[in-house]
Amino acid sequence: MGLGAYVAVSGALFALGLIAILVRRNVIYILMGIEMILNAANINFVAFNRFGSMKLDGQMFAIFTIILAAAEAAVALAIVLNVFYLFDSIKPSEADLLRE
Amino acid sequence: MMSLAFDPATDFKLLLAVPAIPLVGYVLQIFLRKRLPHGDKLLTLGMFVVMCLTVYLGAKGLHAAYAGERFFHHSSEAGLEFGWLYSTGTVPAAQNLVMGVLYDPLGAAMLAVVGIVSFCVHLFSIGYVHGDKRYSIFFANISLFTFAMLGLVLADNLLVLFIFWELMGAMSYLLIGHFSHDPGQPFFHRWATWACKKAFLTTRVGDVLLFVGIFILWDKFHTLRFTELWAAAKETVAANGGEFPTWLTWAGLCVFGGTVGKSAQFPLHIWLPDAMAGPTPVSAMIHAATMVAAGVFLLGRMYPLLSPTVLSVVTVVGATTALFAATIGTTCYDLKAVLAYSTISQLGFMVAAVGLGGVVAGMFHMTTHAFFKACLFLSAGSVIHGCHHVQDMRLMGGLRKKMPITFACMLICTLAIAGVPYFAGFFSKDEVIKAGFLKILDRRTFDGWSLYALLALSLAAALTAFYMFRLIFLTFYGEYRGNQKQHRFSAMLAAEGVEGPDPNEHAAHDDHGAAHGAHDDHGHAHAQDHGHAHGDEHGHAAHGHAAHGHAAHGHAAHGHAAHGHAKHAPAPKVAHVVHAEKHDEHGGHAEHHAHEPHESPLVMTVALMILGLLGIFGGHFWLTEPQNVFNAHPWFEKLVTPTTLYGEEIASWCAPEPVGEAAVEHFEHLEHAAHLDALIVSSIVAGTGILLAILFYLVWPGIPGRIVAFLGQAYTAVRRKYYIDELVDATVLKLTWKLTYFQKWIDENVIDGLVKTVGALNKFLGVFAALFDKIVIDGAVNAVALASQVFGAAFRLVQTGRIQQYAAFAVGGAVLTAAWLILA
Repeated sequence: MGLGAYVAVSGALFALGLIAILVRRNVIYILMGIEMILNAANINFVAFNRFGSMKLDGQMFAIFTIILAAAEAAVALAIVLNVFYLFDSIKPSEADLLRE
Repeated sequence: MMSLAFDPATDFKLLLAVPAIPLVGYVLQIFLRKRLPHGDKLLTLGMFVVMCLTVYLGAKGLHAAYAGERFFHHSSEAGLEFGWLYSTGTVPAAQNLVMGVLYDPLGAAMLAVVGIVSFCVHLFSIGYVHGDKRYSIFFANISLFTFAMLGLVLADNLLVLFIFWELMGAMSYLLIGHFSHDPGQPFFHRWATWACKKAFLTTRVGDVLLFVGIFILWDKFHTLRFTELWAAAKETVAANGGEFPTWLTWAGLCVFGGTVGKSAQFPLHIWLPDAMAGPTPVSAMIHAATMVAAGVFLLGRMYPLLSPTVLSVVTVVGATTALFAATIGTTCYDLKAVLAYSTISQLGFMVAAVGLGGVVAGMFHMTTHAFFKACLFLSAGSVIHGCHHVQDMRLMGGLRKKMPITFACMLICTLAIAGVPYFAGFFSKDEVIKAGFLKILDRRTFDGWSLYALLALSLAAALTAFYMFRLIFLTFYGEYRGNQKQHRFSAMLAAEGVEGPDPNEHAAHDDHGAAHGAHDDHGHAHAQDHGHAHGDEHGHAAHGHAAHGHAAHGHAAHGHAAHGHAKHAPAPKVAHVVHAEKHDEHGGHAEHHAHEPHESPLVMTVALMILGLLGIFGGHFWLTEPQNVFNAHPWFEKLVTPTTLYGEEIASWCAPEPVGEAAVEHFEHLEHAAHLDALIVSSIVAGTGILLAILFYLVWPGIPGRIVAFLGQAYTAVRRKYYIDELVDATVLKLTWKLTYFQKWIDENVIDGLVKTVGALNKFLGVFAALFDKIVIDGAVNAVALASQVFGAAFRLVQTGRIQQYAAFAVGGAVLTAAWLILA
């Protein structure tokens, strides 16, 4: 199994995540899309490390990303909670105050 | 121990300190006003220092003179020169103007005189001006005046002299107008307001002439320094074959014009009697002792530049002034007016002396006159102060016992001005008359003008003695006549003795837009008739009776005078007079007697005593032969001679001494004869004048009235000052008014028309400007606004506020970028 397979999986995961962000009508799905994109990046880190000439740099970055994803999820959920309190809904189409 | 030898290094610093002290005093006083504690005393102390310095430095001059050295110093000796209008570029060095300090015998004498008189006047003012609401400003102004006068004396060139000359004119204006802001001074308030303008404008005529003279001299000589001017004049005359070129004569006449204005010579003398509207110390200092002497001082400085023609003019003008002012002096009733005309007359003596070739005599008379005239004015101030601001001599009398110190000082100075031997004025007046005799006795210099001048001066000297003793007898002898307080103003105004305007007259003339009518007693002059003059003089004679105890007569006289006034006075004043008379009938005198005349405080009398002493000794202290006064050699002539003044070279040209044994012998013989003649004449005229005054005012008081009746119109003419004020009104002022109206017409028609045309043109051009504004400028602004609107509307569509749409844009952008990167 070569690098191409890993990149293909990563690319598919990224595409799925992007689609989730763009088309889903629920904020939770958007957050899940973000997680998918981050994990697509992690696969890339690990794969390129494995097939490159580096020591463990890719793995280290992947771990950082996971931690970052956890923190991001916590903050994002807090925002979502507040958006729900404010708009009585978690549909992104209804929270359009950025227009102002 | 201070040496009496002149040391340029230190003494020029002292000389610069002399004018600096009053200047600093002025700055302090004018900015701090009442916040400066005891500003008056501080300034007087400063003036005391100035007096000590000037006397100390003057003593050095005398010391040098007695040691036989020439005392002539310029500040360049000490490296003190001030470049002014100074250019190192395109202007040749010769045309640069460098200022310095000149300290010569004349300057030394004058500086000491100014220092002493200024100190006395400052001291006197502490008492006299006390309680005035512009007290501090008065002291500031009089200090700045002193600075100007000291600066003028020290000036080494004509332009600097002119600057200080003008500064003095300005201070004179301010000080004459001292009362103009004080409606509490019922009599002076209005008078001062126009008297200061009159003084300023009249002297301005002379000043313009002087400035023209300076222009001529600068144009021809390219220098204004006195020493260089003298030498240049000598060279010019030598190059012209011993004759003065015409332009130099004109320059001399112009410079003399300055003297005529400043020293109140005929016909520009008219401002000086009105300058008496100022406080009396101002009259003493500016209009008697110092500023008016500046014109004579200028003549002394410019003497080598004056051609024989100019000197003839100087002689005639001076002698005429001396005589005609003396005649007017015999008819005035205002204490200060007598002294004012006396000043004009004495200035005429000085000017005539210079014209007769006796430049030293003229300068000598200037110094002694400064002492005794300042003393006379300050004594008059003391009398006026003691009588609660009464100036009319008819309301005085018998003050001898009430004001003994003032009386003593005034008597001394009257003896001095009358030319009684041993008093200061005797020596100087004698010298003036001697100069006349010297010129007439020598066949080569004899001319008709000099003979006229000598006769006029002798007559004027007799009249001087007469009117001065008339003043003494009216003021200090007899019985006090000033008790009728209500009559004070009405009587003063009724008699022609009024040396000031009736305020109501002034207002009436203002209505006509002709403030010039407010001259002196002009209003009265217009209504004046022969009979009125009589009435007044009879009234005066009655006063004389009153002096012998017929009080009722005295009252009648007042009533009469007041009635005379009522003839042409506004109605309210008549009522006032009637009320006063009723009051008298009921014997309601008590309140009128409340103010008895009293001696002035010590601070004033001390000043009088200093000047009184100088009135005795100012002429001859340091006599070489004190035991023989008639052959005495006054200090001034030791200090100031043509040689010490102008240097040997110039003096031998403009005031030549005889050369050769025979000539010297002839000259000495001539001088001896002239001296003797002068002695005889001046003693006779002084004696005659005094005797006449005693006869007229002590022995037979009825005589003046009879003489007046006999003279009739002639008396009225003199009483009205020869109608010169009226003449000036009818000619110069009327012409000025006409000119003013013409200018107004030009203003209204030509200038206004021009302005209006320009305005219309502008309006017309404005239409085009407006169109341009509307189309081009407004169009550009509107186009920018429209563009913004369109773009705004387009971009608003993108701003939906939906996150997912934004994300879609971001992804789209990223895809496009990637596509571009890949495909390119």
